[in-house]
Amino acid sequence: MSGTTLIPRGRPPGKLSPARMGLYAFLAICALFFLTPLYVMLVTSLKAMPEIRQGYILAWPSAPSLAAWGKAWFSACTGLSCNGIRVGFVNSLRIMVPSVIVSITVGAITGYALSFWRPRGAVVLFGVLIAVAFIPYQVFIYPLVRIFSHLGLNNSVPGIVLIHTIFGLPTMTLIFRNHFAALPEELFKAARVDGAGFWRIFGAIMLPMALPIIVVAVILQVTGIWNDFIFGLVFAGRANLPMTVQLNNIVNSTQGEREYNVEMAATLLTATVPLVVYFVSGRWFVRGIAAGAVKG
Amino acid sequence: MSRQGNVSLRGVAVAYGPIRVFDRLDLEVAQSEFLVLLGPSGCGKSTLLNAIAGLTEIDDGEIWIGDRNVTWLEPKDRGIAMVFQSYALYPRMDVRANLSFGLKVARTPRAEIERRVRTASEMLQIADLLDRRPAELSGGQRQRVAIGRALVRDAGVFLFDEPLSNLDAQLRSELRVEIKRLHQRLGATMIYVTHDQIEALTLADRIAVMKDRTFQQIGSPQEIYQRPVNRFVATFVGSPAMNFVQGHIAPTTDGPVFRSASLRLPLPTYPFANASIDERPVELGIRPEHVIVAPEAAHAHEVCVEMSEPMGSDLLAWTRLGDLPLSVRLPAETKLTPGDRLRILLPEHRFSLFDLASGARL
Amino acid sequence: MRIGSRLAAHIALAPALLIALVAYCGAMSWTIWISFTNSRMLPSSVFVGLRQYSSLVANERWQVSVTNIAIFGLLFISLALMLGFLLAALIDQRVRGENLLRSVFLYPFSMSFIVTGLAWRWLLDPTFGIEKVMRDLGLAGFHFDWIVRPERAIYTLVAAAVWHAAGLVMAIMLAGLRGVDPELWKATRVDGIPTWRVYLFIIVPLLRGSFATAIILLATSVARLYDLSVAMTNGGPGIASEVPAKFVMDHLFDRGNVGLATAAATTMLITVVAVIAPLLYWQQSRPGARRTA
Repeated sequence: MSGTTLIPRGRPPGKLSPARMGLYAFLAICALFFLTPLYVMLVTSLKAMPEIRQGYILAWPSAPSLAAWGKAWFSACTGLSCNGIRVGFVNSLRIMVPSVIVSITVGAITGYALSFWRPRGAVVLFGVLIAVAFIPYQVFIYPLVRIFSHLGLNNSVPGIVLIHTIFGLPTMTLIFRNHFAALPEELFKAARVDGAGFWRIFGAIMLPMALPIIVVAVILQVTGIWNDFIFGLVFAGRANLPMTVQLNNIVNSTQGEREYNVEMAATLLTATVPLVVYFVSGRWFVRGIAAGAVKG
Repeated sequence: MSRQGNVSLRGVAVAYGPIRVFDRLDLEVAQSEFLVLLGPSGCGKSTLLNAIAGLTEIDDGEIWIGDRNVTWLEPKDRGIAMVFQSYALYPRMDVRANLSFGLKVARTPRAEIERRVRTASEMLQIADLLDRRPAELSGGQRQRVAIGRALVRDAGVFLFDEPLSNLDAQLRSELRVEIKRLHQRLGATMIYVTHDQIEALTLADRIAVMKDRTFQQIGSPQEIYQRPVNRFVATFVGSPAMNFVQGHIAPTTDGPVFRSASLRLPLPTYPFANASIDERPVELGIRPEHVIVAPEAAHAHEVCVEMSEPMGSDLLAWTRLGDLPLSVRLPAETKLTPGDRLRILLPEHRFSLFDLASGARL
Repeated sequence: MRIGSRLAAHIALAPALLIALVAYCGAMSWTIWISFTNSRMLPSSVFVGLRQYSSLVANERWQVSVTNIAIFGLLFISLALMLGFLLAALIDQRVRGENLLRSVFLYPFSMSFIVTGLAWRWLLDPTFGIEKVMRDLGLAGFHFDWIVRPERAIYTLVAAAVWHAAGLVMAIMLAGLRGVDPELWKATRVDGIPTWRVYLFIIVPLLRGSFATAIILLATSVARLYDLSVAMTNGGPGIASEVPAKFVMDHLFDRGNVGLATAAATTMLITVVAVIAPLLYWQQSRPGARRTA
């Protein structure tokens, strides 16, 4: 009979110790805490009003239906008109797409100019940009409203695109500048010896190398601009109100009977775009947080 | 593109804010010369190269390339090409695009670009790498591409900023030979920055040794090696390092004599810079390979071997001459044990005498 | 830089410069200036010194706002930090399904404050929400009508905000934890130090940088608190959950008292600078702080 060998096999003992089970249990409870609001929104939006009134907020709908969703999309009342929140959806798109493009472009060029070329006063400009990132918008808003109304930009899409560019500039400049500053300077010197000027170096060399940070910037801006409320409220104008503002109107300014299922459906519809971006982008979203957090 | 290659720096000064980095430097580089700027880190050699390239602005003085004053010209208009330590290849372009980028910027006709890329890649044996990206290349291949990028510019002056420092020793010697061959083939002026004195000695027509942002000595490798103008140059150039013995020189009736402890060395034929010699503390320098082992000589000194370092091609013996340490180079096959005694001669014509205080050659 | 490139760089920076001068410095100065005038609906140029500020201090709504934001700030930042760190520390224990857990904890951060506020408002609705759940579970006397109780309303905002931001803190802490030298864990195991002790006394001090970053980000969003309060309670019941940002916005646009509003905004500015500047300075002056500006 061969002697038993002393090679350990299988999982190390105690892998599922009481401590570990407690760990998983705690994490599960936290997960429930985080998921409950989403679940409740979903469930409420699928119920009919009588069931909501009688029932139990956590219960799964007895006869789930998308009727409330249809109503929210097509015919919910957002203030004066009752054309549903799809109006807001379209407005948000019309605002978001140009805003993302313009704010990232300006931020990228500014970050590039500040990182490699460093003209006089660059440090001061950069310092001002960083400082502004921490200051509440209320400090700037009123004069901007007055300036925009003088320029005829109030209540227009170009106006709010400009606003998003103005307030997105600090973060965008920061992440691009940090990205470019981490590149080797000799690359830049070689391009200058090759005779490339400011714009050529940007377009042919730096921008192709900036693809990761562009993805991060897009994620940050799409999420930030879609979720914006305050600027949409002040600068977009009634014809261009973004989805968040319309959502708030649906919920907070309804007189009389409140249709909770429609409200929840509208809320979920508003949350869809950022959630999709979040789940699709995965790790990039976290990278975006890290890049934006490097402010400090 | 002008292929003129003589470079002239006249009274060049560079300042960073209130700090004067260089002050009134003058340098003449002849057409087709290979000049090496040699010195330790921080001596200013890279700054000077960047100034010649036009990457750094100078605050005073002039830079001439050929018969043109290029002081205010952009790098691309100076007729120069540059090779960097970290290769600085454009990562998102393939090798062909890297080589042709500068020519495209200059709107060179496509046929001409192709011709030059072909010539350069054949000369550097990278012709089969043209479709690869830099990330797919080895260090040595990348450096060849970097050199190729400089070659296609058809410049009169080539600037090298420590191009071999990132390579391992074997690649370094391979590429060193390639660069020398390139110089012979092209006949272009080359200004080469390095801290490696072996590169300097093997590649240069002339070496400009720098320290603390001034030129210590400018001369041929032979001159620098045999007649270093001060102690710094003597220590920096030459490996294994020169031996230094502290002592005094004093004029005597038989001529000047060097004394240190029990050692007494007459200096009848030493070419002093200053005819009148007064008594002063000095350092006597002699290179290990210039110490002659002479078992039969009458007036030989006796040294005691403390340790020996086999270096492959030779043997370096660490000995003591009385109390004074002395390293001696011997043939590799020499059998030595600590405690052995050797009889050596110190030939006067190999001495270098340096003032102890200032380090200047006497 | 020669002329051509220098010009190009300056042209490229022109938009940023324009924005910095006009939209940042200009607007901020103008706001401060207006706070010294007697503007009501429209800006006036009658200088009245500190009168707006004294009105501000005496204003009940403002007093409530300030108290609320202080309570909110302290609770929100400490709870978000603790929960975020705890989650990160737990996930760092090589749990299975880490990606899934991370997604669950972080998704709230991707949602708008309006969405967050409305969801929580529904959840905490006294008639249909949690209170009813608990009552139905048998806890007959359970009260959770905080959202409509004046003295409790602000805490509901804290809950919603922590739910929103804990994932962010977790992400920052996880990044920091991943940067901890694994040799440290081996050393503490050899020394036999209990895990919770290691976290509390060794890891937390090591993660000072992550804490600083998280605090700065959280503090910035405290000052900005507006959307959430509009969606959840709209400052109510009454003025019980008013916050400074909402005070400013209401007085700028609805109540037509620009002078008072800008005085409030300027006060917010001074407070933020006084709080964040030392935090930033501390973060930048630590040894090994990242090079940014």
